[in-house]
Amino acid sequence: MNILESLGTVFTASVAAATLRLATPYLFAAIGETFGQRSGLLNLGVDGIMLMGAFFAFYAVYATGSLLLGLAAALLIGALLGLAMAFISVTLKAKQGVSGIGLYLFGLGMSELLFQTLVGTPKSVEGFPPIYIPGLSDIQFLGIGQIFFSQNILVYLAFLSVPISAFIFNRTNFGLKIRAVGQNPAAADAMDVSVTRIRYATQIIGGMMAGLAGASLSIALLDVFQQNLTNGMGFIAVALVYFGRWKPLGVMLGALLFSFVNALQLQISAVGIQIPPEFSTMAPYVITIIALVFAGKQSERPTALTVPFQRGE
Amino acid sequence: MNGAFQVRTTPTSWFRTAGNRLLDAAPLLISLALAFLIASGLLLALNVSPIDGFSSMLQGAFGSENTIAETLVKATPMLLVAIGICISFRGGMINVGGEGQMIAGAVAGITVALSLSTTPPIVAVPLSILAGFVAGALYGGLAGWLKAFFNVNEILSTIMLNAIAVQMMNYLLNGPLLDPTEVGVNHVPKTARIAEQLQIARLSIPLPEGVAELFSLQNAELFARTRLHWGLILAIVLAVLAYLLLWRTTIGYRIRAVGENERAAKYAGIRVRWNMVLAMMFAGGFAGLAGVVQVLGLQYRLQTDGSAMGFTANAGFNGIVVALFGGLNPLGAIPASIFFGGLLVGAQKMQRDLGVPAALITSINGMIVIFAVSSEYFRAMIARRRALGGGSMPGTQAVESRPKLPENPPDVIGQATL
Repeated sequence: MNILESLGTVFTASVAAATLRLATPYLFAAIGETFGQRSGLLNLGVDGIMLMGAFFAFYAVYATGSLLLGLAAALLIGALLGLAMAFISVTLKAKQGVSGIGLYLFGLGMSELLFQTLVGTPKSVEGFPPIYIPGLSDIQFLGIGQIFFSQNILVYLAFLSVPISAFIFNRTNFGLKIRAVGQNPAAADAMDVSVTRIRYATQIIGGMMAGLAGASLSIALLDVFQQNLTNGMGFIAVALVYFGRWKPLGVMLGALLFSFVNALQLQISAVGIQIPPEFSTMAPYVITIIALVFAGKQSERPTALTVPFQRGE
Repeated sequence: MNGAFQVRTTPTSWFRTAGNRLLDAAPLLISLALAFLIASGLLLALNVSPIDGFSSMLQGAFGSENTIAETLVKATPMLLVAIGICISFRGGMINVGGEGQMIAGAVAGITVALSLSTTPPIVAVPLSILAGFVAGALYGGLAGWLKAFFNVNEILSTIMLNAIAVQMMNYLLNGPLLDPTEVGVNHVPKTARIAEQLQIARLSIPLPEGVAELFSLQNAELFARTRLHWGLILAIVLAVLAYLLLWRTTIGYRIRAVGENERAAKYAGIRVRWNMVLAMMFAGGFAGLAGVVQVLGLQYRLQTDGSAMGFTANAGFNGIVVALFGGLNPLGAIPASIFFGGLLVGAQKMQRDLGVPAALITSINGMIVIFAVSSEYFRAMIARRRALGGGSMPGTQAVESRPKLPENPPDVIGQATL
């Protein structure tokens, strides 16, 4: 097989379609985290919230069969954990990096505890089916129909969240307040913007989106739940926010790059190209570190990130 | 430098200090109590009486000679990781790469141990342990270097490095380091067993005549026939040394100065970047030690189930909990590690006896971390009250000639800044 032919077998429409599908959880979680970080809060517990969201969505669907209830459960638990995180970071002013690790451990243990108690053995549920958009999903040219118009609804929602969040940040009063609170909380406070309220709001939004991210795994992408289902995806989502320089579009590019490498790795082993699987699994993490080095200057970094606000300081 | 702090003590100072220490520790104890209160609620929800649950745990952890030994066996790697965490957090570096650094240490250590199988143990064992320390230090130092020179958030880089280390281990154990007797398509990914004389010796304590009968022990030596090994003693000795390093040497002073106030440290002429790297090297080195000690003292070979947890049993993360709970002080980490070791071993018994999933402990650990860092708020509030109350505290007054740093570890949680 010459190089061109093997490239042809690797860069296929199904890889592209898988890239979009795999990007979904990263996108939800990272866009949600962007809200928090733009307002000056680092939530490292995203992975814990994702795990809880994944379990609650899975369990709601498992118990009732209703996918909408599944989404609602994920949103609810995400909002609650976001609220808890806001209380810890904003009201109690706890060190954000460490408390996030605490939230992660909590979610990791609690989701497994609930799973073992309520479900027990691994089972699969009927998740979100692909939506074939009439007319468009049949386009054969370059596999466009398969790639863009035959995905499940959460994939569309995740990509929709990118322009929506960009619009919120750049064109709305709420977005302006978020940025003000993240850049200069004292000035925002002087302008009668409640730093506390804005940060609570962004943290709850972030929590809900992390919950959705979990749901997109357990009731759309994999249709199962198991111990440590996310396998650290939430941490990568936090890294993607740095990678994307706190801009939704940048975050999306990062998520796509990451999921592309993931999808490629599945394809490479499928067509039998001889790379030790460990190296292809490792690749996304190495790429993330390199990307973080280049994102290192961070001139766009919210100035007040991780700094609790104290009036009169 | 040693003369930097001259402490003038009044006769009642020890009393004051003890009182202050107790007040400082109060938030920690309250967070522990809170976590257990929530755990009790969870047990009730699982239809298990909390009293049954906790007594089963207590029995499982400290009920017999063997379970105490198992508790200490679990405590050993957590203590080693925690020592490193204390140093890095004090230096302002949030190291969550304990898992990866343990793996790096274990891989390097076993590689050396396997290649020196005919060398006298007196040379080979220290060399293997040293290799584990160095490998962990380099792996941790890498994250420190990325932080110091490229401003890469060390939490994120260490998380990524954890994932990379696991894959590296999986690759090595499936190829270059694979046990020669295991080669084949359906092999189990593990190394060969290390030579018997290179294994860290089991630890048992000779008892005076009659004591064994008194406690109706089976053997004349305490902990004979258990898995307890000398790694525990190594960890305790190193905890004391790390305490001295942090509070009695210039190296430790500089690391802490950078952690408390980077800017002030810089103006004081301390090389901030180098000390960041150094703090991470210590953290990685101790985690690496945890990895190599686990291999040489307990498992005698390195085996992977594909995940980090399969080898580390989460000690890299639990070490953080231990360090926080020990007040970011290596000496405090000693009892904390035994406590959390007991929690883990006890949870297994609770799972066997009462069917409560041991994952309960992971979530409790998470809550303890959250409560511990949140309690800083209340500690600061109490401190403010005391300061405002004008109560002059004639305990220890440092005669300062340097930027103010407390002589004794202030038992502050989460002193490290992000």
